[in-house]
Amino acid sequence: MHKNDNLSPDALRALQTERLQKVTRHVYENVRYYGSVFDKLGMTPEDMKSLEDLRALPLTDKETLRLHYPFGMFAVPMAEIKEIHASSGTTGKPTVVAYTESDLRVWSEVMARSIACTGGTRDDIIQNAYGYGLFTGGLGVHYGALELGAAVVPMSSGGTQRQLQLMQDFGTTILTCTPSYSVYMAEQARSAGMDPRHSTLRIGILGAEPWSEGMRREIESAWDIKAYDIYGLSEIIGPGVAVECPGQDGLHVWADHFLPEVIDPDTHEPVPDGSDGMLVITTLTKRATPFLRYATKDIVSLTHAPCPACGRTSPRISRIKGRTDDMLIIRGINVFPSQIETVLMGIEETLPHYQIIVTREGALDEIEVQVEVNEKVFSDEIRGLEALEKRIRREIESVLSIAVRVKLVEPKTITRSEGKARRVIDNRKI
Amino acid sequence: MFVKQISVFMENRAGRLEEITGILAENQINIRALALADTSDFGILRLIVDSPDRAAAILRKAEFTVRENEVIATEIEDRPGGLHDILTLFSKAGISIEYMYAFLERKHDDRAVMIIRVEAAAKAVKILQDAGKHLLTAAETYTL
Repeated sequence: MHKNDNLSPDALRALQTERLQKVTRHVYENVRYYGSVFDKLGMTPEDMKSLEDLRALPLTDKETLRLHYPFGMFAVPMAEIKEIHASSGTTGKPTVVAYTESDLRVWSEVMARSIACTGGTRDDIIQNAYGYGLFTGGLGVHYGALELGAAVVPMSSGGTQRQLQLMQDFGTTILTCTPSYSVYMAEQARSAGMDPRHSTLRIGILGAEPWSEGMRREIESAWDIKAYDIYGLSEIIGPGVAVECPGQDGLHVWADHFLPEVIDPDTHEPVPDGSDGMLVITTLTKRATPFLRYATKDIVSLTHAPCPACGRTSPRISRIKGRTDDMLIIRGINVFPSQIETVLMGIEETLPHYQIIVTREGALDEIEVQVEVNEKVFSDEIRGLEALEKRIRREIESVLSIAVRVKLVEPKTITRSEGKARRVIDNRKI
Repeated sequence: MFVKQISVFMENRAGRLEEITGILAENQINIRALALADTSDFGILRLIVDSPDRAAAILRKAEFTVRENEVIATEIEDRPGGLHDILTLFSKAGISIEYMYAFLERKHDDRAVMIIRVEAAAKAVKILQDAGKHLLTAAETYTL
């Protein structure tokens, strides 16, 4: 256990306050946006005397980052930046985050603590099936595994047959991927004549998409392992913000680095422990892209009660219970309907009626975009329509980085309620 | 030289075609010829009717996606090789056909009518006329 995992409430609070004051000064001096936020409020970093003083500040969100795209929120010169990642923005532009040397050390530390929290040790072989690349999942787990001293197999996502082959040959003990992919792998293992229950796997560290207790039971029984939920988002650091312990009753937030608040999404007032609200996080130690009161848009509840299972005193958040916006998570990738809208606007000049239908076929999420054919784009030839379908599909795929199905439908097929179309139909049973 | 064809976008769903024929029947619109092109998801219904403008307006009102196109209607002899003669003319001139469909003429039982959509429409018309083929006028087609 890391020394900061079970600080007394007072000691944790003192550490958080000291770090909050430091990061506040850092952003005030180095990020023009935060400088003007303080100036407008007539505040200075010296006014940040306690954690509660933070509540006077407005929330930072993806929109703030979009307005300062690409590097406007960076708090250090480029010479100090070691790594840059990006995730989906709400429209057109991605959300950019960066890491200094010390940020990468923090990321490694919190991910190592996360793996250790699930029972992982340096003796484990970690098969990392999160995507490596701009998505923070792959590299985050990788750095944590290195820090912990475990052996990491950098598989990245996909290539299921090879995943299963190497898992068997290497004797993998920890699998890291999205929960749905772990279900898919088990299915593929069975159809290849392997019994996943007899694999060497003992732990699954699964995240990057919402899942349920039912799905946990399914995964645990399919593989005969313990499956743990891990939470993170690139804007905060990537994976490693919070993770479950063997108690499987809430995710421990590494609150010495990430200060959690849960607020009413409408009034922005804090909600009491145990009540649902929006998770807001302040990065206490980040140097390159530190954010004060970042609105995750995830709905959770928070508890400060010490964990009876592992003894850690760090606060715990519940599983993600929903979103305050219309973001969808498809195979670990964030998808906003507005991204699809932007593509359709680009093709048709006016926005056609469209609908996004999400289904879970077997274990994998499928996304279908239905677009109503109007006279502007209607070609009287089949190949003209097929070309249109293909163009829409390609452009959406290039923006979202995931495969989609496009279906052209007749006008008024898409049901409108009170004149407004329902943009997303999520038929996944999560 | 050209006749008006209306095309309607249709999803492949049971009963969809019947809805269109129902609307046309209700409005006393007579279908002269039709062809259906389809993929697994959607299809295009192409129609020659006795009053194309009215038909298009009615279908639009019923919220179908409709497009009006000009196509060539030419008579061919209803005998082996009748169609081949015309295709040979096009082939020699390098004209490719987007689509075509046929119907039988009522007045002459030895003639059929081909509805043809080509890219180079003017050129196709000239070739047919030079070869002495009879092209139907719009009025002729709608009242066949």
